[in-house]
Amino acid sequence: MSDSLEFKYDVDGEDFTRVGHASTDIKKKLKMIGIAPDIVRRVSIAIYEGEINMVIHAYGGEITVEISEDDIKMVLKDKGPGIPDIEKAMTAGYSTASENVRNLGFGAGMGLPNMKKYTDSIDIETEIGVGTTVTMHVHLT
Amino acid sequence: MTIRDLIEKGIFETVNAGDEPEKEITSVFCCDLLSIAMSRGVEGAAWVTVMGNINTLAVMTLTDMSCIVLAEGTRMDETGLQKAQSEGFTVLRTEKSIFDASLEIYRLIHGE
Repeated sequence: MSDSLEFKYDVDGEDFTRVGHASTDIKKKLKMIGIAPDIVRRVSIAIYEGEINMVIHAYGGEITVEISEDDIKMVLKDKGPGIPDIEKAMTAGYSTASENVRNLGFGAGMGLPNMKKYTDSIDIETEIGVGTTVTMHVHLT
Repeated sequence: MTIRDLIEKGIFETVNAGDEPEKEITSVFCCDLLSIAMSRGVEGAAWVTVMGNINTLAVMTLTDMSCIVLAEGTRMDETGLQKAQSEGFTVLRTEKSIFDASLEIYRLIHGE
């Protein structure tokens, strides 16, 4: 098996102006590696939505992107409050974002639904008061 | 129609010309909710919106839209402006409504 590439990003939970740092950087890297444009778009959108969620709900976190021969694995880990009702959170249009966040153009309740839409698999592990880990895969073949 | 063509028409104020003047504008996209723009944004589109912050720029680049047109007299905030300048993104603005601005771009694309 060939080696995989791994990129790590810290997401600052305080700073809305830094949202998009991980996703735009990974987009550049995937383009450079020669990944197909459609895959690049799907991966970067999924990560961007994850970044926003981390800043809005979870005081930041850590994103790891692992690129292997036939798969891109994204792990978004935070130490936030956890998701009380995953089914609700996965429903398009459902949001618990504050007024302030909505004024920035977010909080349409599309975050997790978009992440699901643009990836081949999504797995959410969450524990109230401990944090949430979202693992997503996009297949390359 | 390229970004340069649109700028040279002079119908919008240029906030930042950007560094890809030859990029093609292929359609118009209107939306102010970033998560919806994220999922529906059309590659190559001129994005007409009232959201002028750094997150608008992130969504534009992630969805491969060609430029942002801030309508209804809205402005890019200072952080967004600095980002647009440092990354070479095209940002235009106008006092026109979202509809009128979009219609003008549509007509230019379709040679009307």
